[in-house]
Amino acid sequence: MKQFDLKVDTLRELNQYLHDSPDNEVHVINPEGRHCVAAGVNHDADVTIDGHVGYYCAGMNKHAHITVNGNAGPGVAENMMSGVVRVKGGASQYAGASGHGGTLIVEGDASSRCGISMKGIDIVVAGDVGHMSGFMAQEGHLVVCGDAGHHLGDSLYEAVIFVRGSVGELGADCVEKEMTEDHQAELARLLAAAGLDYPTDEFRRYGSARKLYHFDIDHADAY
Amino acid sequence: MSDTKVLRESATFPADVLAEIHRAADQGIYDIRGFGTKRAVPSFDDLLFLGASMSRYPLEGYREKCATNVTLGTRFAKNPIELDIPITIAGMSFGALGANAKEALGRGATMAGTSTTTGDGGMTEEERQSSKTLIYQVLPSRYGLNPDDLRRADALEVVVGQGAKPGGGGMLLGQKITERVAEMRNLPVGIDQRSACRHPDWTGPDDLEIKIQELREITDWRIPIYIKVGATRVKYDVALAVKAGADVIVVDGMQGGTAATQDVFIEHVGIPSLPAVRLAVEALQELDMHRKVQLVISGGIRNGADAAKALALGADAVSIGSAAMVALGCNRDAFTEDYEKLGTLPGYCHHCHTGRCPVGVATQDPELEARLRPEQGANWLRNYLTTMVLEMQTLARACGKSHVLNLEPEDLVALTIEAAAMAKVPLVGTDWIPGND
Repeated sequence: MKQFDLKVDTLRELNQYLHDSPDNEVHVINPEGRHCVAAGVNHDADVTIDGHVGYYCAGMNKHAHITVNGNAGPGVAENMMSGVVRVKGGASQYAGASGHGGTLIVEGDASSRCGISMKGIDIVVAGDVGHMSGFMAQEGHLVVCGDAGHHLGDSLYEAVIFVRGSVGELGADCVEKEMTEDHQAELARLLAAAGLDYPTDEFRRYGSARKLYHFDIDHADAY
Repeated sequence: MSDTKVLRESATFPADVLAEIHRAADQGIYDIRGFGTKRAVPSFDDLLFLGASMSRYPLEGYREKCATNVTLGTRFAKNPIELDIPITIAGMSFGALGANAKEALGRGATMAGTSTTTGDGGMTEEERQSSKTLIYQVLPSRYGLNPDDLRRADALEVVVGQGAKPGGGGMLLGQKITERVAEMRNLPVGIDQRSACRHPDWTGPDDLEIKIQELREITDWRIPIYIKVGATRVKYDVALAVKAGADVIVVDGMQGGTAATQDVFIEHVGIPSLPAVRLAVEALQELDMHRKVQLVISGGIRNGADAAKALALGADAVSIGSAAMVALGCNRDAFTEDYEKLGTLPGYCHHCHTGRCPVGVATQDPELEARLRPEQGANWLRNYLTTMVLEMQTLARACGKSHVLNLEPEDLVALTIEAAAMAKVPLVGTDWIPGND
């Protein structure tokens, strides 16, 4: 295992190593809120970060498994393509923004705009999510085991949102939908991947009403 | 009996305004169209070069060299962009344009020694393969954005806004969302696609500085990062882009084109390219960053004269979008019956949004797209760029410059008080620069 101490080693050294080396295990200590830790990893590495990270940790991750033993700043795992990112603490704004694939797990709460513009990523939040989560979300799943703030799923496309707790005012074109057995099975798979064990029948499903898919004067008040 | 001589059109309600009110009354929704502003605004046409005379020594045309090369992205990137000419091809999306058009732009730009740029919707294989130098846009929608394409790009361009619609997001109407376009954008086929107007993971210049750090980390600090803004509060935006860490700043004036947006946006938001250049240069000079952070001006650049004037005012390069499309055949006098089906004629068409482009440029329809052969389009673009460069060199030599980047404001005068005030060059025949003490 290779270890980087960000009190001593530079962020550039860490990320260059992660980009160049096929080393499968990397341990990062003393991140002290640094931004862009483990951004752009492109192979099947196992990265453990002990401490809190700043913006864009694991940004655009592909293949790697990255664990943050602390809190994550804005944009954790933004535009992730594949792999798994697990945040043991809470996550700030835009967690998993525009992610195309892989799984992001937040064991604490996630702030506003969680899953904004998501394009295929699966996001599981053990706690609550803030307002505007799932804004313009296109594909993938957002699972919220706690409560969701206002304007959930505003201008949603085909992403699917599951919420166990309360939901504030829904966003434009976001509606509650029937929870079928297939949806429960999908949710069970996502919860299991996150290591969470909640009964799936405690969740409700939200999706797009698809009324904004075409410009229509009758829906002008929603724009 | 009426006498046509006494018919008088209202200045307040001319025919086009009446027609728009009638259309709005029928449809109840704003007009969406492509192309750029159709109103007349102060432009580079309002400036003139002062050729050499008794006090200035010209270069011999066709014999003495006038260089045109430019380097973009010298501030932080390990591998700056080296171009033979200071005219680049602006970002235009696959989706708005067909794959043949994107390939033609890449091939033509490469033949001319310059770069082309992706657009909303990501990078197509055709444009990567055909473009020696390809700038990859990072847009608010993040459609098709992925780290593999980031790493195979020659530069990145963070798009904050564009001149045709600063403050607005993109549109791509359902008729252009084919299976391939939909797949690249992770969207259902056939929907009217809305692009976000704000980036999903940063909300201000302080965030953007960190975002740029992330992009540099992912690309190992190899390639330059541009920031593109629509021309509005240019001095502030340029200063903030410098602060955010841009290598290159692209300022897109209101004459810049679009594939689809509200007509009211195209005609009423943003400022023209003429004052935008001067404001951007002033901002860079105040920070002692002029020529250290390169400035690219776009929006309504049509010929070598426009380009030379932008450079004389302090830009490092210009970028063309609409003009490049015109070189590919946009509004060419052919297939008239197809223009008529759209309710227009060659020379007047702004129907990019319909996907029924008669000349095969702004379409996803296979039959229409076949009307533009990539090799033919590439030759047209190469010829057009070559002509622009020859025009620039002609003007620069006449002003005694051995490099087009040596043109300077002192070489210019303005034909109108407005242009003099905006460009801060003297009104022709006077020493007067309005606004200067």
